[in-house]
Amino acid sequence: MKYIKYIILILIVLKSNMSIAFDKDLHVKITKNLRCLICQGQSVYDSDSEFANSLKILVEKKLIEGKSEKEIYGYLKDKYGQWILYEPKFDKNTYILWLLPILMFLIGGAIIFKLYNKKIF
Amino acid sequence: MKNRIFPAFLFIIFLVVFIIFYKGLQNSNVYIPDISIEKEIPIFNARSFSSNKKISSEEIFKKNKFYLLNIWASWCVPCRDEHPYLMNLGNQKNLEIIGLNYKDDKIKAKNFLKKFNNPYKFIFLDKDGTIAIDWGAYGVPETFLIYNNKIIKKIIGPLNEVSLSEIKNLIR
Repeated sequence: MKYIKYIILILIVLKSNMSIAFDKDLHVKITKNLRCLICQGQSVYDSDSEFANSLKILVEKKLIEGKSEKEIYGYLKDKYGQWILYEPKFDKNTYILWLLPILMFLIGGAIIFKLYNKKIF
Repeated sequence: MKNRIFPAFLFIIFLVVFIIFYKGLQNSNVYIPDISIEKEIPIFNARSFSSNKKISSEEIFKKNKFYLLNIWASWCVPCRDEHPYLMNLGNQKNLEIIGLNYKDDKIKAKNFLKKFNNPYKFIFLDKDGTIAIDWGAYGVPETFLIYNNKIIKKIIGPLNEVSLSEIKNLIR
């Protein structure tokens, strides 16, 4: 009985450590996908500005509250607009951004295909 | 004919791409969040600057009244520049100025108010800067004119003659 108690205790400690590690990974992932509005070339994760440091604390608080990654992005998008996210959603303002690489890929493929066909025949 | 269409098509594609990037060069690469949207004010709990007790924002911001929320800090140089404008607005009978002391040292903040006078009816403490994020702010100073629990004007940076007269016109 005594051993069972110890095993349960060890499992609880291990589980809590695992959940903290998971949260930290998610925290890094989220802050790397947020743009710092003060030093606009950097992500919140890389920046050391007052704003970025506050945002890191806020993301941590939201994760502790049990908010999901999507909910945190939604909250920040509501406060600062789409620009705060490095990964913009597909909408009428961003469709060129998303479609242009595909278009370029198709055109490039067509060129290669054409040149290849010419060489063969 | 077939051989001509392909280079022409390619040329058009590259021209379109060139125009997109050329137009992009003309856009400012410094982003400022939208300041024209009428948004509900956030509800939050924070410590009072004077009593250090936790207080809800709902106890401070009432309906049918004008409020000016000013985010400030004693270490912020532009806050000193705008302080006379806040003192001026403090004389307006239909406006209450609420402060949000941002990531500051309390003793230094108290000295700041002693030196430049206190225009604030109430001051919230924001030790880690997360309440300012709740307001959609990203620096100090920032000022929000509020009516009926809605932000009707947002001023990024220090107040000046222009913003002062704009605020006075809006609360008239």
